[in-house]
Amino acid sequence: MFYREAGQYKTSYAADQALLPLAQDRYGIAIVLFTAFVLIPFFGTSFFLVSIMIPFLIYSLAAVGLNILTGYAGQLSLGTGAFMGVGAYACYKLTTYFPDVNIIVHILLSGVFSALVGVVFGLPSLRIKGLYLAITTLAAQFFLEWCFLRIRWLYNYNDSGAIEVPNRDWFGITVTGAEASPVARYFLILTVVAVMTLIAANVLRGRIGRGWMMIRDMDIAAELMGIRPLRAKLSAFAFSSYYCGVAGALMVFCWLGSAEVESFDINHSFLILFMVIIGGMGSLTGCFLGAAFIHVLPVVMRAVPSMLGWDILASTVEHITQIVIGLLIIFFLIVEPHGFARLWQVAKEKLRTWPFPYAT
Amino acid sequence: MQELIHSLTVAPFMEMGQYPDFLIQVVWEGFVAGILYALIALGFVLIYKASGVFNFAQGIMVVFSALVLIGLHEAGMPAWIALIATIGVMGILAMGIERFVLRKLVNQHDAILLMATIGLTLVLKGAGQLFFGGETKSMISDELGFSSGAYDWEVFDGLVIFQHIDIAAAVIAVLMVIALSLFFSKTRIGRALRAVADDHQAALSVGISLNQIWAIVWFASGIVALVTGIMWGARSDVSFALEIIALKALAVLILGGFTSIAGAIVGGLLVGIGEKLFEVYWGPIFGGGVEAWFAYVLALIFLLFRPQGLFGERIIERV
Repeated sequence: MFYREAGQYKTSYAADQALLPLAQDRYGIAIVLFTAFVLIPFFGTSFFLVSIMIPFLIYSLAAVGLNILTGYAGQLSLGTGAFMGVGAYACYKLTTYFPDVNIIVHILLSGVFSALVGVVFGLPSLRIKGLYLAITTLAAQFFLEWCFLRIRWLYNYNDSGAIEVPNRDWFGITVTGAEASPVARYFLILTVVAVMTLIAANVLRGRIGRGWMMIRDMDIAAELMGIRPLRAKLSAFAFSSYYCGVAGALMVFCWLGSAEVESFDINHSFLILFMVIIGGMGSLTGCFLGAAFIHVLPVVMRAVPSMLGWDILASTVEHITQIVIGLLIIFFLIVEPHGFARLWQVAKEKLRTWPFPYAT
Repeated sequence: MQELIHSLTVAPFMEMGQYPDFLIQVVWEGFVAGILYALIALGFVLIYKASGVFNFAQGIMVVFSALVLIGLHEAGMPAWIALIATIGVMGILAMGIERFVLRKLVNQHDAILLMATIGLTLVLKGAGQLFFGGETKSMISDELGFSSGAYDWEVFDGLVIFQHIDIAAAVIAVLMVIALSLFFSKTRIGRALRAVADDHQAALSVGISLNQIWAIVWFASGIVALVTGIMWGARSDVSFALEIIALKALAVLILGGFTSIAGAIVGGLLVGIGEKLFEVYWGPIFGGGVEAWFAYVLALIFLLFRPQGLFGERIIERV
């Protein structure tokens, strides 16, 4: 009843090709965007912005990046953390050399470097696939981590080995570094994430995205139908790494403020992979749901014992959280291998026929 | 430029020739590390052969089993009883994994199974830290009867040191591989395992219980993990950092092939010796620490030329 398409006629090609053909979807997205752009910055406390919304959006962007590669193009990757690191270090070097150029330009450009690195490490995907490929992305992870540690040029030869984010302005408002206000940072991230998600949604339903999905479903058949595996796979790696790189740059510049090698280690790669799995492979909505779940769950679990007045060590809570996330991953894989995105779809289906589920 | 080429191609070999005793020492260290990689890879291969599951949790199983052993000993059990009890724990773990994870995921895609084992990794990691604490522990090697001395071997006007524990590790690894291959070729269960590895459906049709086989295989690789954990813990310490090192076994698997026990051994030794030589003789040129990625990059280059590994079965694809 609430989600019926009855009566919504498409009278032009443009309407037929629209990203959101259903009016309900359009209203839904409008409400989400209104909440994100107006309500949350207006009513949200700075704690809420800094420790929930900002990381959530950054992780979502990284999850979108990984989902393009793993969910849509079918190339399992365990090197997401390192690709995020490439973006962060590239942005840091760019802003060191060109301090006068707008920081947004740097953040968006840093993804290009990440994409180039991604293409290099994606080259083996032309000969190998599946689990073997996952291991070569581990090579990317560990090799790049080593680079971040040993190539002192990357962090301007400072002794701590960490990159410190300078304060940078955008139209007179400080958006990065320690002095930036949470709201300014939030708006910057939100804008980047929203625009890039929109681009991703359009690329994925276009020729390039369909090519990736064909490669995922059966690469030999796709090749016979005229998809070039070389171009499709490498473009998937480039696209995915671009998103991860931008997410990494945002993570360091707008959230952490400083970073070292540990910020991009393999556990980070796994974290993003979990978001994609729990959210749902091959779904953009799933990326956001998964990121929200995986990021918010530990925050909530940390808060619960103190709210109930239990006296539990912080480390104990951390371990229990780890166990719970692990169990949830297994549970989800068993019950619903397609993740939250599928649950959302089922819910929409139910809403469509409610309250007369037999009268379709 | 010339200097760089010289330091890459000539200097390391001159150094090797000048101090052959040091070279032997380095190769030996690499050999022992390689054995441990090979043992972890062996655990992977066992499970992959029988169930097609790529068990990412093998590394954490090594840490977990070692922690259980130490924890039980600290709780007051004599070392040998603690060892037997740990084997029991690994058995229960294997049955639990089979019953509650694998059985529910039959016929799922490879990647799904891989991710289930990543979830399992998190559970074991959290449980290990919860019950036994996150700090580094030392293995109870003395109580288990390993001596901590060393043999000195005077050769080429120098001294090569063989730690007793390293020799023991090599001997035990060899014994275990022999025992496993006997188990695979001579016993009823072993042959059933090979049948399952060959063809699930054919095995089912002659009355082999897949569930039982999977539990046995996970138990076997749990024992392999325990042995690895004891050996590794005796050489260094037992900590969760081991898990990251254990990922190198994946690179070993690529070299050796996913389905070959011999491949796991040879691949492990290649990686172990190769990375030690590279670290000692070529590492300084790159600024050190190259051990962290050598195995993976070697595997990556290797994959470009021989995707099925040294001993793996040839991959044939049909549409």
